[in-house]
Amino acid sequence: MGGLPDPRLPAGPIADAWRRTRAELPLISPLRKRQLHVLVVGTGLAGASAAATLAEQGYRVTVLTYHDSPRRAHSVAAQGGINAAKNYAGDGDSIERLFADTLRGGDFRAREAGCMRLAELSSGIIDQCVAQGVPFAREYGGTLASRSFGGALVSRTFYARGQTGQQLLYGATGALLRQVAAGRINLLCRRDVLELITVDGVARGVVARHLLTGALEVHTAQAVLLATGGYSNVFFLSTNALKSNATAIWRAHRQGALFANPCFTQIHPTCIPSGDAGQSKLTLMSESLRNDGRIWLPAIAGDSRPPEQIPEAERDYFLERLYPRYGNMAPRDLASRRARELCNGGHGVGPGGRSVYLDLRDAIAEQGRAVIAARYGNLLEMYARISGDDPYAVPLRIYPAPHYTMGGLWVDYQLMSSIPGLFVLGEANYSEHGANRLGASALMQGLADGYFIAPATVSAWLAGQPTPEISADHPACREALARARARLEALLQLNGQRPVDAFHRELGTLMIERCGISRTAGGLRAGLAEVGALEQRFQVELRVPGGIEGPNPELEKALRVSDFFGLAQLMLRDALAREESCGAHFREEHQSADGEARRDDDRFSHIAAWEYTGDGREPVRHAEPLRFTALQPSARSYR
Amino acid sequence: MTPASSARTISLQLRIWRQVTPEAPGGFQTYRLEAVSTDLSLLEALDLLNEQLIAAGERPVGFEHDCREGICGSCGFLVNGQAHGPQAATSVCQLYLRQFADGASLSLEPWRARAFPLIQDLAVDRAAMDRLLIAGGYCSVSTGQAPEANAILVGQEQARSAFDTATCIGCGACVASCRNASASLFVAAKLAHLAQLPQGLPERGRRSAAMQAAMTAEGFGSCSSNLECEAACPKQISADWISWMHVDLHARNQRN
Repeated sequence: MGGLPDPRLPAGPIADAWRRTRAELPLISPLRKRQLHVLVVGTGLAGASAAATLAEQGYRVTVLTYHDSPRRAHSVAAQGGINAAKNYAGDGDSIERLFADTLRGGDFRAREAGCMRLAELSSGIIDQCVAQGVPFAREYGGTLASRSFGGALVSRTFYARGQTGQQLLYGATGALLRQVAAGRINLLCRRDVLELITVDGVARGVVARHLLTGALEVHTAQAVLLATGGYSNVFFLSTNALKSNATAIWRAHRQGALFANPCFTQIHPTCIPSGDAGQSKLTLMSESLRNDGRIWLPAIAGDSRPPEQIPEAERDYFLERLYPRYGNMAPRDLASRRARELCNGGHGVGPGGRSVYLDLRDAIAEQGRAVIAARYGNLLEMYARISGDDPYAVPLRIYPAPHYTMGGLWVDYQLMSSIPGLFVLGEANYSEHGANRLGASALMQGLADGYFIAPATVSAWLAGQPTPEISADHPACREALARARARLEALLQLNGQRPVDAFHRELGTLMIERCGISRTAGGLRAGLAEVGALEQRFQVELRVPGGIEGPNPELEKALRVSDFFGLAQLMLRDALAREESCGAHFREEHQSADGEARRDDDRFSHIAAWEYTGDGREPVRHAEPLRFTALQPSARSYR
Repeated sequence: MTPASSARTISLQLRIWRQVTPEAPGGFQTYRLEAVSTDLSLLEALDLLNEQLIAAGERPVGFEHDCREGICGSCGFLVNGQAHGPQAATSVCQLYLRQFADGASLSLEPWRARAFPLIQDLAVDRAAMDRLLIAGGYCSVSTGQAPEANAILVGQEQARSAFDTATCIGCGACVASCRNASASLFVAAKLAHLAQLPQGLPERGRRSAAMQAAMTAEGFGSCSSNLECEAACPKQISADWISWMHVDLHARNQRN
């Protein structure tokens, strides 16, 4: 590996830099495009939109997904909305403000040129989605409705009730299926990508396992796009779908793709807490509830009275107390951290004392039940279904849960990883969200990458690829196949007693404790030792039933969890090396006297990009310095 | 620390359809789960059962699932003969054990429809539904061709109604609960979503004809008019849209 590649940042002012960059990218003749073949892995917002757009441009595209249908990708679960600097509300929003909010939201740990490009592309995304028939909320006059979201001071979030991700995804997968009908996309469902194929350090294909037959397949192309989502499932209990995993990006990392800022993971404050040990996931409750709900805990530690018996004077509305200016709308990381501290101090409620109250009592008294029901009806029904409580009668119980991973494979300005020919899109890459993602920005980034950025930059890469795709019996393909087969066989021949889920649950408990809302050097070091020990036990005590052939969900899970072990250790190392608190990364050693995060711009104004150097060897940490010209780093304060 | 409001434990008898391949003979096998928390979902109870089966050296039960919050549409099987089980507007991943009495016996079996070949146990192949969408379930607009979003006005009520039909998660419960195994509600929902918006109008007739023809070609039956689809739909999509689809097609045929 040659260290850190050139991030290919645009020269000159960052405003309009993307247009200038695009104007310089080479073009390809329509006839030639038909001979060029692109692989897209994943059919969430980023993958589906990229695949559809590249096919529309005339390339041959093969799409791989482990789902039975592209519509199931986890983008479908995004509730809140998508940001765009349309300024329809006439409230002073602009590209510059969206840019500034994104950069500040990420606590100045993202590239400013990327954030500006995202803000510039945001309006075109909404146009595209509307043209596809996405049923966004409308005003009486028929124009698009928007709302303010996640503490933004302007109304720039477009939404389709509480199912924005679902509707945007159906728009994108519709575009994808249209290209399947046109014969330009070969859609291969139920394929798990297990290895990346490289030739002379250039990405040339992938090895995938057919999830029904178990057959290992080689797929080759002249460019490979990974749009495989984030890795919150390293924590076992998260808001992610159960199959969401890091295997494709982790296998690419082991082939040489740098992994950037793996410790930047977002914990969402308003989720339905865990109850029983057999619980399989945490469900997000839209943050919008914080607009009307008051968050509190018993002022007396260990108070076991039911909430209605706790008098007003003995309730601690801790966000209102600590952040009088923002109250219950304090930023995600502060809200999460304060909740955790109080629960650790014995104030928590619910099973294991791991939740806080979100109380709609006052809002119902002031505005009436009907108004609250109209605003949050669907959400409250979902809560009642899961918890068995009536949220109109008793306070909701909520607790923070891992939700989104800002970290991901390092990409340059053109979304290419450190492996030439390997592009990474959406949550799978590390890009514009920095150390913390702004609400309603994930959908925007996924679609900016897929509809607009990758189609331009992948074309530019292909323009320089005179060689045809390699054949499936190329030595590099055989070698990657052998690697995949060896992993499968190693897992299947283990003679242990414990199923995968038991290890995954243990890994998750460990990671949320050591590398969750709040981190310390001691805890991170202990975590490294603990994860290492757990991984060793996994390799002895695991039992995977069945064989390579046929459907084998346990084998799929075992592959994913075995990759999470490596990623978990990299996250811990990254959190340990980043001796500062910034965004969602809070190191207890680095805080002010009143408990606020202390960022260290002198030492850590950079992207950490980790290089894999072999099993059992220390990875190498590279640093890409960040430079700011349009907006200078400032400390944030919500007090 | 307050105890969880409703936490209790129950025992369950699960009668589960086991079939290792489409060709192999299948049959029900009965399992017991003791002292499971009613705060668990039915799928989480299956997770527990599978952990026990694996530890005992047996093959775990195959079933489809992913998001476990009722939106991806992966999950679905019959619970005591009802698609997604007894709770209205609920996909099976959101069905919690507190819905059942202590000692309850639950029969779990896969969707039964010619267009949904069995994969294993409770899992079936619903790729046919994607092929219905491939036949025309989209607006033909390429990236970069879109006009300014507010150039297309859509009334608030119209947008709401289009949204209500667009929420279909493609789980297949409508097909599984129809005695003709018809995909009429699935197709009607997509046609209605796009026909209610100006963006969908240029292709309205072609889309309707193509998707309904594909439905027949894929081996789905015709509408049985029993409204079981509407009752089973986790997103509560109205079967009135099936009537709308038929009237719409009839009117077009008469004009042509």
